[in-house]
Amino acid sequence: MGRQDALFEYLLRLGDSALVLAQRLGEWTGKAPIIEEDLATANTALDLIGQARMWLAYAGEVEGKGRDEDRLAFLRDASDFRNVLLVEQPNGNFADTIARQFYFDAWNVRALDALRGSTDARVADIAGKSLKEARYHFERSADWVVRLGDGTDESRAKMQAAIDDLWTYTGELFAADEVDRILAESGVGFDPGSLHAPWMDAVKQVLDEATLVAPAAGYMQRGGKQGVHTENLGYLLAEMQFLQRAYPGGQW
Amino acid sequence: MTEHASIDPSVEEVWSWLADVPDPEIPAVSVVDLGIVRDVRREESGALVVTVTPTYSGCPATELIAAEIARAIRARGIERVLLETRLSPAWTTDWITERGREKLSGYGIAPPGYKVVDASAILRRRAPDPVACPRCGSRRTSLTSRFGSTPCKALYRCDECLEPFDYFKPH
Ligand SMILES: [Zn+2]
Repeated sequence: MGRQDALFEYLLRLGDSALVLAQRLGEWTGKAPIIEEDLATANTALDLIGQARMWLAYAGEVEGKGRDEDRLAFLRDASDFRNVLLVEQPNGNFADTIARQFYFDAWNVRALDALRGSTDARVADIAGKSLKEARYHFERSADWVVRLGDGTDESRAKMQAAIDDLWTYTGELFAADEVDRILAESGVGFDPGSLHAPWMDAVKQVLDEATLVAPAAGYMQRGGKQGVHTENLGYLLAEMQFLQRAYPGGQW
Repeated sequence: MTEHASIDPSVEEVWSWLADVPDPEIPAVSVVDLGIVRDVRREESGALVVTVTPTYSGCPATELIAAEIARAIRARGIERVLLETRLSPAWTTDWITERGREKLSGYGIAPPGYKVVDASAILRRRAPDPVACPRCGSRRTSLTSRFGSTPCKALYRCDECLEPFDYFKPH
């Protein structure tokens, strides 16, 4: 695989993960448990859409086939998406949404922090811009893990179940493949495995505070970064892409 | 357009025009006071170039702000205006001017409580900021939500006068 091709794949992973998570969060709009969190969820989604747009716009330029961020978002099929499996998992209850966000945010701040020092100036700029938002997302999701975990018996049980259920999707964040290795070697990206220990420390610290138990290491799902997705992604895309598929080229 | 004295305005003059362009979401504050306008310059070709930076990545007002800036300049009879977007260095609330902070406060939005300066200490969690109520000045306030009506604000409640208020988050 050439370096340009690898960079394209890499940018899709970053952009698609932000985009798919934003779409999931958008599903809460109008029906979150309380209005404050309805707003907070929508605002988090907005940040992530902004980040996705920057990554995908750059991906389109790197690919050089005239696809802009909208075409990449709305006109690719599930097997062409490169998001991690974690973010396509359904919203479930509020604890499930928070656990998904918490695992992702704890990774995202570290990934963006690493990418701030990228040898690719555009990657470094986008990461620097996104990092401050990601940090804030992490503060909010960590707050909620603590609040629900160290809450009532029922909220604690639900938070623990969510933390356990989604655990199997966290391994992919730290697994390197050829794309990761090419990007890490050129200094554009980083070694995913190097983030595992700091991520685990941060997660455990919050779980401790939340009186929750960190799941034991176990079987980890993989494939999202290579385009092998759970069936959830197809349904998500069907909704997200409907307008552009039904009315090609339609604009606001 | 001959009634406009400033067909070839100085860069300072353009800055003063932009100081009157309100932010679409918080109209009490101008785009200059928010630190969104980063640079105004004239190219050799004579075109005026205004560089703006987005506040938050997904802020829906970003494109509207660029359009409003171009409109304010064209309204003065300047035809060739180019808008540039710059991502780095990333926008920070440290760039909000003193005047901007006072206007926010007068508008009922508590201004950012501290300077961010260095965003590198990012991986620690922080307690919610202690914020003074813009209405009665009390520091007995509590965070009700980390996000308000826009990404740049958080929702607080004053425990003294009991009013809810927005807090412009340090970023
Ligand atoms: Zn008060």
